[in-house]
Amino acid sequence: MHTAIVIVVVLLVVISIAAGLIWVERRLLALWQDRLGPNRVGPLGLMQVLADMIKIFFKEDWIPPFADKAVFIIAPAITMVTTLLSFAFIPWAPNFVVFDSNFGILFFLGFSSLGVYSVVLAGWSSNNKYSLLGGMRASAQMLTYEVFMGISLMGVVMMADSFSFSAIVKAQQHMWFFIPQFAGFVVFFIAGIAETHRLPFDIPEAEGELVAGYHTEYSGMKFGMFFVGEYMGITLISAIIATLFFGGWLGPSFLPPFVWFFLKTFFFIGVFILLRAGLPRPRYDQLMEFGWKILFPLSLVNLLVTAAVLLFIK
Amino acid sequence: MNLFFYIAGIVAILSTIMVIAQKNAIHALLYMIVSFFSIAVIFYLLDAPFIAALEIIIYAGAILVLFIFVTMMLNIVIEKKKEKRWLKPKMWVIPIILAVVLFLDLVFAVYSIPFPSVDKGVVMPKHLGVALFTQYLPAVEISAMLLLVGVIGAYHLGSQEKKVTHRFFEKK
Repeated sequence: MHTAIVIVVVLLVVISIAAGLIWVERRLLALWQDRLGPNRVGPLGLMQVLADMIKIFFKEDWIPPFADKAVFIIAPAITMVTTLLSFAFIPWAPNFVVFDSNFGILFFLGFSSLGVYSVVLAGWSSNNKYSLLGGMRASAQMLTYEVFMGISLMGVVMMADSFSFSAIVKAQQHMWFFIPQFAGFVVFFIAGIAETHRLPFDIPEAEGELVAGYHTEYSGMKFGMFFVGEYMGITLISAIIATLFFGGWLGPSFLPPFVWFFLKTFFFIGVFILLRAGLPRPRYDQLMEFGWKILFPLSLVNLLVTAAVLLFIK
Repeated sequence: MNLFFYIAGIVAILSTIMVIAQKNAIHALLYMIVSFFSIAVIFYLLDAPFIAALEIIIYAGAILVLFIFVTMMLNIVIEKKKEKRWLKPKMWVIPIILAVVLFLDLVFAVYSIPFPSVDKGVVMPKHLGVALFTQYLPAVEISAMLLLVGVIGAYHLGSQEKKVTHRFFEKK
């Protein structure tokens, strides 16, 4: 019974946060760019989300006749499913987790690597050269960044001696892991941006070159799923950074644990949005070079040094 | 537990058959992903969640993405016609005979040789790592060498001198 309640709460909260981020992002971007942003609908423009959702639901859901119909329909669902499944492993408060697996991190990495299919298949099934280019870029980019996304987390795993998110949170009672694992944190954060293909790493959909990249042919709620899926990805990566490197729900006791968890998560969501406002998009080859030549060796060195220090201490 | 195992097994067999019988290469690869999933479920049910996770991360999440990456660039319409030509009913005869022989062999083996027990508790990553670096060390080293060869080969193939084609920047 407890698990059922947790599942419903997690599902509702995650989807409403992801939808609400549409408004948050536009308001914050406007703030940093000295504009007002959406402020007409409802108090502070909060109802803008509702208006957007109604608009997106009533748009014509068009499938191009030249598309591979079955794959075209499945593709946007994959991103929603894989991202939502990853939330099952993250503890929001003590004992508030859907499935406290001993292998939580591994399953998170598995689901995030499956998320590639959504973009790649969308690009391929649209049967459109810009979509295909977007899909190809996405698969190369996400495959690259996945490699050291996993390796950068292994330092944390070694320090906590467990793949379970709850055990890692409990291991941070004396010190948050971003201090000893700073290199791992930086690499994971950058890889996380690339995994969610957010600006500045949004080259799969680079609208200046590829129309809209992999989702050029999508409309209506299918596009909406990509849209909301991206915000869910941001929420997921922020939640995982907060859990693995910043102590998750741990914090001074004047606030309940889940408030600490949400504060930390929202801080990183804010950083994601600030990055969009502050950084230009790199070129495609620069992105790949940065990944393989700087981040990948950095994460390997971090892994080796952490292992050596841990061996020395024990 | 047994019921889950049989469901996953049936899905694995059906999806693998579909991999062979599909005419569209990308659809075939999608069925292959499903078959990897069902194998991951089987590993999970056999108390090896670590292997199940690796199956998803490495096979379904990385290797198959590369397969799709390459296949995406083929012209599917032409390939489909080729596949249609190749997948004649006659083509199925010899593989089916061979598969039946193998199947009978397997059935015979299962019935005559005592089945090794798999019930040894959950396989933790630590056990796997220890086994890999003691008992199976030669295999690990050989595969490491193989990977190194692959890396060097890829570097050699990819490391051509950059050609600047603009007429003002032409190198002499």
